[in-house]
Amino acid sequence: MLDWINVIVQGVLVGGLYAMFAAGLSLIFGIMRLVNIAHGDLIVLAAYLALVAAQTLGIGPLPALLIVAPLMGLIGYVLQRLVLNRTLGDDLLPPLLVTFGLSVIIQNGLLEVFSADSRRLQAGTIEVASFPVAEGIAIGALPLLSFLVAVAMIAGLQFVLYRTALGRAFRAAADDAEVTQLMGLDNRHIFALAMALSLAVVAVAGVFLAVRANFDPAIGPARLIFGFEAVIMGGLGSLWGTLLGGIVLGVAQAIGGEIDPGWQTLAGHLVFLFVLAVRPEGLFPKVRA
Amino acid sequence: MSVPRVEFVDRAGRIRRLALLAVVIAVLAAAPAWGGRDDLRLLAEIYAYVGLASLWNLLAGYAGLVSVGQQAYVGLGAYLLFALTLLAGVPPLLAIPLAGAIAAVVALPAAVLLFRLRGHYFAIGTWIVAEVFRLLASQASVLGGGSGLSLPVGIVTSIAATRQEREFLIYWVALALVLLVLLVIVALLRSRYGLALKAIRDNELAALSNGIDVRAVKVIIYLVTAFATAMIGALIFLQKLRISPDAAFSVNDWTAFVIFMTVIGGIGRIEGPIIGAGVFFALRQTLADLGTLYLLLLGTVAIVVMLRAPKGIWGLIADRFGWQVFPLERRVVLDERKP
Repeated sequence: MLDWINVIVQGVLVGGLYAMFAAGLSLIFGIMRLVNIAHGDLIVLAAYLALVAAQTLGIGPLPALLIVAPLMGLIGYVLQRLVLNRTLGDDLLPPLLVTFGLSVIIQNGLLEVFSADSRRLQAGTIEVASFPVAEGIAIGALPLLSFLVAVAMIAGLQFVLYRTALGRAFRAAADDAEVTQLMGLDNRHIFALAMALSLAVVAVAGVFLAVRANFDPAIGPARLIFGFEAVIMGGLGSLWGTLLGGIVLGVAQAIGGEIDPGWQTLAGHLVFLFVLAVRPEGLFPKVRA
Repeated sequence: MSVPRVEFVDRAGRIRRLALLAVVIAVLAAAPAWGGRDDLRLLAEIYAYVGLASLWNLLAGYAGLVSVGQQAYVGLGAYLLFALTLLAGVPPLLAIPLAGAIAAVVALPAAVLLFRLRGHYFAIGTWIVAEVFRLLASQASVLGGGSGLSLPVGIVTSIAATRQEREFLIYWVALALVLLVLLVIVALLRSRYGLALKAIRDNELAALSNGIDVRAVKVIIYLVTAFATAMIGALIFLQKLRISPDAAFSVNDWTAFVIFMTVIGGIGRIEGPIIGAGVFFALRQTLADLGTLYLLLLGTVAIVVMLRAPKGIWGLIADRFGWQVFPLERRVVLDERKP
């Protein structure tokens, strides 16, 4: 019994990481109806950038994040201005195909530069630190930290979206891009800022991914899929729902992995398909007036 | 009184076109006589990719179902081939259509689930289905689990006794299969379903309001595509003789390449994937030494084409010269003859 509680607790904590994968995806889709297939590869790119920053400057992962987050934000802004803005419109194909192409480019670019060896970002003593919360259950400091960061990040995004002028511009562009333009806002700039914010979030996710486990250039697509499952299970358009979707996915994977290691990822996918079958609107859909 | 009627635009002339097509097919069918073993292998691979790209084009270019998970059906077909021959003793060549039929049955519940996702989300959903298939295949220990297995010699020799006969036979099957796929697609597009598909492609809402059962048409296309994709998958791995989950369900090999070919050649036109496959293989034969750089280059070319010339190479040619190899374009003719 205690084992199972432990499994579920670990699953919940991993769910925070999945919510981080999902938050950037959800943000972009909400504002400009763009599904970024390169999202997972951008997470891996952020992980490699953090690795390079940490190794060349001799700093830890968290200081490295202070470099990588603005850098990824800049990449996001430029990418949106130069490439992705051209793909937006009624047609579904261009954004899908262009981000799919980007995904292949990033993966193979990373493979070319860093080889297929798996890497890891060293975080020092925090990696092994843990504290007991009950008899037989201990919570690792790092998983807990990543979970708390995920919660703080979603609260922060919620704040930006609903309490700031930038968020108002985001929501306006999401509701009606043409009218927003008429009101004197530059959509190209707003969308680029949204992508910058999304990739800054991606940077945080990438650093936590890199500290938590080994990574290599090929793992991006799976991160995209986990994030996507969290978004859909949580219910489109709801950031807190996304967190809960991430937790459901994390717990499903943890339980599957406990039964048989080969079933870890599969259990997550199956729970996702099950939710899709019985509640296609997601577990916690945003109520629209 | 003039009566408007719809006919197929047929500029080049039916007889001349059919004659040309017959010559091309005859030359290709005679390849065992003029080509070496490597040529046959390469040609068979090209046929497989022309088939896969044409099917993806049918899905994405005509039915608006952008899938990035067609490797699900390539892999499923391949695994069914191995399962049917190894476990049920079905002759390999018979196992190919059987694998297609079973895959179409499996595709039905997948379609029911996936069609709940719209547009972009449908795309990633197809990928998840492919991942589920891959993970299930790596759990199937009778078929080698995660590391895969080879087709036993007994089954291979049951195709034909000598190696040469086998190679010829598989080559002809590959040619026949791609011709069948193209024929089915042309027939489909010339039928009422083709008209419905084009209406859906151009404006889904308008199609719906004109009484087209959009959902039913899309499901049919999805199932037909799954059927044919699985047959091609089975054939590809009958040639490879070895299967593993990662190879059979590879997103790069069976989806990324296929999408790049279709986009570069021209999406939404039947000639596009054929041109695209030609370009792809020409590039590969010259640039294959570049390894990952080759993929980088291909991805970049696809993005540039998508942004600058979204109709692809064939789109540019067709717009400029008004060519079409397959008579699919319809036009309204005002008949001036007396009724």
